[in-house]
Amino acid sequence: MDLAFTPGEQAFREEARAWLAAHVPTASLPSLETAEGFAAHRAWEAELAADRWSVVDWPVAYGGRDAGLVRWLLFEEEYWAAGAPGRVGQNGISLLAPTLFDHGTEEQRARVLPPMARGEVVWAQAWSEPEAGSDLASLRSKAVRTDGGWLLSGQKTWSSRAAFADRAFGLFRSDPDAAKPHQGLTYLMFDLRAPGVTVRPIARLDGKPAFAELFLDEVFVPDADVIGEPGQGWRIAMAATGNERGLTLRSPGRYRAAADRLHALWRDRGGPDGMRTRVADALIGARAYQVFTYAAASRFLDGASLGPESSLNKVFWSEYDIALTETALDLLGAEGELADTEWAERYVFALAGPIYAGTNEIQRDIIAERLLGLPKGRR
Amino acid sequence: MRLVLDDEQRAFTDSLESMLTGADTPSVVREWSRGEHGSGRALWSRLAAAGVFALAAPEEYDGVGVRPVELALAFTALGRHVVPGPLVETIAAAVLLPTPDLVKRLVSGETLATVAYGGPYALDGDAADLCLVLTPDGLHAATGHGPVRPSLDPARRLTTLTPGALLTSEPPLAKALLLARLTTAAQALGVGLALLDQTVRYVRQRTQFGVPVGSFQAVKHQLAAAKTALEFARPLVLAAAVTLDPADVAAAKVTAGEAAYATARTALQLHGAIGYTAEYDLSLWLTKARTLRTAWGSPEECRDTVLSAGDPHC
Ligand SMILES: Cc1cc2nc3c(=O)[nH]c(=O)nc-3n(C[C@H](O)[C@H](O)[C@H](O)COP(=O)(O)OP(=O)(O)OC[C@H]3O[C@@H](n4cnc5c(N)ncnc54)[C@H](O)[C@@H]3O)c2cc1C
Repeated sequence: MDLAFTPGEQAFREEARAWLAAHVPTASLPSLETAEGFAAHRAWEAELAADRWSVVDWPVAYGGRDAGLVRWLLFEEEYWAAGAPGRVGQNGISLLAPTLFDHGTEEQRARVLPPMARGEVVWAQAWSEPEAGSDLASLRSKAVRTDGGWLLSGQKTWSSRAAFADRAFGLFRSDPDAAKPHQGLTYLMFDLRAPGVTVRPIARLDGKPAFAELFLDEVFVPDADVIGEPGQGWRIAMAATGNERGLTLRSPGRYRAAADRLHALWRDRGGPDGMRTRVADALIGARAYQVFTYAAASRFLDGASLGPESSLNKVFWSEYDIALTETALDLLGAEGELADTEWAERYVFALAGPIYAGTNEIQRDIIAERLLGLPKGRR
Repeated sequence: MRLVLDDEQRAFTDSLESMLTGADTPSVVREWSRGEHGSGRALWSRLAAAGVFALAAPEEYDGVGVRPVELALAFTALGRHVVPGPLVETIAAAVLLPTPDLVKRLVSGETLATVAYGGPYALDGDAADLCLVLTPDGLHAATGHGPVRPSLDPARRLTTLTPGALLTSEPPLAKALLLARLTTAAQALGVGLALLDQTVRYVRQRTQFGVPVGSFQAVKHQLAAAKTALEFARPLVLAAAVTLDPADVAAAKVTAGEAAYATARTALQLHGAIGYTAEYDLSLWLTKARTLRTAWGSPEECRDTVLSAGDPHC
């Protein structure tokens, strides 16, 4: 048992740190939830990709460095510590790419992954529907067989950044007669600018317009854009979520950096006594999340799959993020009310954490039933 | 970077766990609470034979050198089984004492030690063979102990000590304090894990409204929250054992202490009235969770340590 990094890992960390110091924009980019910010972030993704820092753990063939999980974690620590911009490509990178690695064809990987790594094609996740939130398997959008492909119809909603994104991936009901809701679903990729697609932006809590609902009217998708076997969509879509939720959606580096900045803010400003406890707890939480992830990564590298354990992770970071950002706003006092600060933006984003990626109520059910073995109750 | 147990560490934990499972620790605790130390001392000897106290002493004193990871694992097991007595204090004494013969007797389990540090009370002064007092001058042997005062945890018996002869003016205080905090954190983690296990077992078999109470979502979610808190405390305790960084140890102490205490509250609530009775064994863990939270550094003292550290993590 040790926490030391190998000389190779250290060297990798140093190389990342040096590159970031030379390239991270000195002024922060406009919010990636706006049209202007989206464009600026795409340019940043391209700059990262040019020197192979956009997807360090991917194979070299697709634009990565084959760096592995531990180096990815180190890269993320350096990335956020350097104050680098949020990643506009994250949904594609953390949700679609792992699925293509496991279930896609070689042709799909070669076609989809390199432009994703460069930010040329930004992906939106089209899972939720107006009547299918937590009960995702009740989704009704359908895929109907046609010559050489499928016709998609229905409505998707709450799709992050779909207002500006290029393509989307989602689940569709291809066999309306299947015995169970989880069966007869097909996982497909489609173009957000294809004929038959209408994208309607929805303002988020802070009024930013990147969220969207999608109306689909017989949108053609070629067979080449079906992921895995038709009818197997549920299994394929869910396969990536466990390890992804558990290890790669929210890296500890992000929180480590934020907690250190909060600590610095508190040292600068002080604050009433109660703030001491909250700032200390933010530092402690960041360390807890960091070493929890190191332990999970160690088990993962030993061949364990994380499965339901990833629900612990989701509940932890989402609640932690809110506590951290609330503490910052409270420390800022009257200035904490200003909406155009980084802490305010972070806070508004944090508020959504317990809702997306499976609500925390659903995660607690998973923890109780699958990790603690409690009996299933009514759903 | 490999934050997982190796085979030897797993085997050590398993053998300690199975020994303690067979030891009927609840009745040992109940005797200890009454001031009857016989069964506790017998168990103490078995812990010594299993090598627990050797984990804090150098080889020339019959120990195996300081092994913080194994200490953390051992104390998690001791917490799980609510073993009574000045366990943490004996580890601290093994680090503090300058005299090989005394340390050898701690390692062999022949001698129980207690230490008063930072407050008026020492744990189990009436049961200990060796009572130590830390003052600004150094480490002293105590001349005697005052009357036994009850703790919120009936298994913890508190006494004042009177400092006597100076044993050393420069004891390795910082190191002893780190190990005491680390082992207290590990013990708290074990207490919390045991409380969670017992409560999960209980709500699976307790039926109301025609179904197990564990099938109610309000019940499940409280237990899921306890599980989450404990599972984030566990790697902090191990990481602190690996680095022995004061901020890491303090973070582990706060997190394990708070997680165990919150789990105790949940455990009591979900057991209903039976959980509130002294005769039901759950009470032995409930009261310990409260007292370990403040032993060897209150949450606030530990948070201060975290805040005053620079940025030791990268
Ligand atoms: C910022 C943000 C970004 C998002 N991005 C995307 C995206 O890119 N793509 C996408 O597809 N979706 C996205 N979503 C949607 C998200 O996945 C859903 O909001 C989520 O699945 C919950 O569904 P719902 O909002 O319909 O709530 P509902 O499922 O209607 O739930 C409402 C409340 O009831 C609770 N509840 C429901 N069922 C149960 C139960 N069985 N037990 C206990 N409580 C229950 C929920 O926990 C919640 O508190 C995003 C959401 C947000 C807020």
